Amino acid sequence: MRMVMTGNYASAYGAKLARAEVIAAYPITPQTSIVEKLAEFVSSGELKAKFIPVESEHSAMAACIAAQTAGARTYTATSSQGLTLMHEVLMWASGARLPIVMTNVSRAMAPPWNVWADHMDTVAQRDTGWLQFFCRSNQEVLDTIIMAYKICETSGVMLPAMIVEDAFILSHTSEPVDVPEQALVDSFLPAYSPELKIEVGKPMGFGSLVKPDQYMEFRYKAMLGMKEARERILRVEQEFKHIFGREHGGLLDLYKCADADVIMAAAGSVAATAMDVVDAMRAKGMRVGLARIRAFRPFPHEEFRSLAGKTEGIAVLDRSFTFGAAGAMFTEVKSSIYSCQKRPVVKNYIAGLGGRDITPKILEKIFEDMLVVSKRGAEDEVEWVDVAGLPRRWR
Amino acid sequence: MTKTTIPVEEFAYPGSTGCPGCGANLVMRYMLKALGERTIVTIPACCWAVMPGYWPSNCLKVPLLYCAFEATGAAISGLRAALDVKGVEDVTVVGFAGDGGTVDIGLQALSGAAERRTDAIYVMYDNEAYMNTGIQRSGSTPWGAWTTTTPVGTSHGFKHESKKDIMAIMQAHKIPYAATVSPAFPEDFVKKIEKAKRTKGFKFIHALSPCPPGWKTNPSLSVEIARLAVDARVFPLYEIDEGKVHITRKGKGLPIVDYLKVQGRFQHLTEPEISSMQKIVDDNWIMLLLKESSGT
Ligand SMILES: Cc1ncc(C[n+]2csc(CCOP(=O)(O)OP(=O)(O)O)c2C)c(N)n1
Ligand code: SF4
Repeated sequence: MRMVMTGNYASAYGAKLARAEVIAAYPITPQTSIVEKLAEFVSSGELKAKFIPVESEHSAMAACIAAQTAGARTYTATSSQGLTLMHEVLMWASGARLPIVMTNVSRAMAPPWNVWADHMDTVAQRDTGWLQFFCRSNQEVLDTIIMAYKICETSGVMLPAMIVEDAFILSHTSEPVDVPEQALVDSFLPAYSPELKIEVGKPMGFGSLVKPDQYMEFRYKAMLGMKEARERILRVEQEFKHIFGREHGGLLDLYKCADADVIMAAAGSVAATAMDVVDAMRAKGMRVGLARIRAFRPFPHEEFRSLAGKTEGIAVLDRSFTFGAAGAMFTEVKSSIYSCQKRPVVKNYIAGLGGRDITPKILEKIFEDMLVVSKRGAEDEVEWVDVAGLPRRWR
Repeated sequence: MTKTTIPVEEFAYPGSTGCPGCGANLVMRYMLKALGERTIVTIPACCWAVMPGYWPSNCLKVPLLYCAFEATGAAISGLRAALDVKGVEDVTVVGFAGDGGTVDIGLQALSGAAERRTDAIYVMYDNEAYMNTGIQRSGSTPWGAWTTTTPVGTSHGFKHESKKDIMAIMQAHKIPYAATVSPAFPEDFVKKIEKAKRTKGFKFIHALSPCPPGWKTNPSLSVEIARLAVDARVFPLYEIDEGKVHITRKGKGLPIVDYLKVQGRFQHLTEPEISSMQKIVDDNWIMLLLKESSGT
């Protein structure tokens, strides 16, 4: 059924269609309407689940962890301050190998207070052992939630996943979304039945103390899980396409990259604008393309490596900044291609922090700059875009 | 009248890695005797996170869910929700945490679980300090006690703040049942846990747990010290059943000095300081009697 809905409702419908059994969540702008909608689904009986109105995001994740350990499929949603408050327990979820699925409505970190789109919160959690998917559309949000459960619940993976919606740009903007039939989703996503769960009669410890001669093996196995996730993401998406007739681009969603002189790498909703800019510039004879980072974890290293020899420059757009270094996407892209024989010039553009508009004009200027830089190398590897007082004018 | 007997079945194997004379060991043991096998115990960071042994050992005959230090209240809510949604019945969900994990860092999640009326028993074993990290003060350390972060030193330091009244905090949450228990009085202990198990909703148990290294006591005296705490009315045994206070053991009313003198952590106290502690204990006891007689 086609419905017009916000990214947040797409999240709520995604969790409902995936038949989440325990939902524990705490409100934060701009995530609130996800939780409200789910509370409504549960209270109306449309979704047979337990809704736990916890007193913090830390508790939301801790409750999901406990519930998932007991064999229930869980879901939560948060944003920004809430996500970072969860940091400790995010690591717990992945260390405990629990395929929890969560939406993060990606928003700026305070201070100064700012509730608008920014990827700092999500990027700051990249080392927690969660799969991270950045979405471009509300449809992708809904579909990725359903796919994420299937990817993560595989015995070889068993890791949690974060579905990222840009604050307001997706969370509060309505788009037509195809809401699949429950029966179809059920045929795609079987009920959660883990090999191990906590139950009476089996006196095991979940999360017990291990010695130095045991710990590394646990980490190694989690690493293998993340590696397996790469393959699973691609395979599950093909199965999804077979049933629902849609796909969203695997780990790295390429748009007109095959013959591109320069490519922009970016994640999230800005990719939708960037596609239009690519079309417009190509109409003017400039060969540009877009590589949309859909999975930030696991990172599409191999995909970037195979792009490396085919293009002259990669402009990496980061909607966050790692102080003392550069944008996180930039460092990842650069490290991916470092050992390739032929390497394109790579430059980092920091833009759109705290919800500042990244206009088509700005994207066009980045492409133009990259076309020049790709020929002579980048003097400044990292450039802040559209900041008051800086010499270059972007608008 | 039949006498309560302590169930003979053991749910704790020998081999806990707790110190000799650990009161928390007895608390777990008596609790499980009263609850039986259909129990899942949630344990945050604390001595008991270490005591079951290294993976894959478990010295207890029940499953254990470990959780982050401050998360016990949330974890038991999540666990109960999952059991409910899966239709698993007759399982007692227990949160088993130290005093630091309860009255300090875990107070938020505890309050949340109590307010949500999570059907679970929360047991705080109170060794009156952060013992797992090496005897630092907690909000539950009593006035006057030495700990590594309240060192006695030349300025005659010790803990100058009084112990948080966690039972009053729980009573304020209007939970159906709360009780204090002591490993020196196992029959009273088991009876209260059995009552908690029968009661639906959120139940809170405050268990005094002598700790030889932390209290600087002789390990062979732990049960004796737990008894002295009751007899000196430092740790009265009572329950709050649907809001009504009922003292289950009046104790002998021994002077507090009898309780203090056997513990190294109080050795620095002067006579006037001990007298002022006595006054506080007496006042608290009168308050408790008043609460009992007034039905609150
Ligand atoms: C977030 C966090 N902060 C600090 C610690 C370190 N830590 C582990 S156990 C502990 C003390 C526990 O004290 P208590 O709850 O009283 O239990 P006890 O050790 O006395 O049994 C501390 C501070 C931790 N594990 N997690
Ligand atoms: S330090 Fe104290 S509470 Fe911890 S195991 Fe030893 S005796 Fe028990």
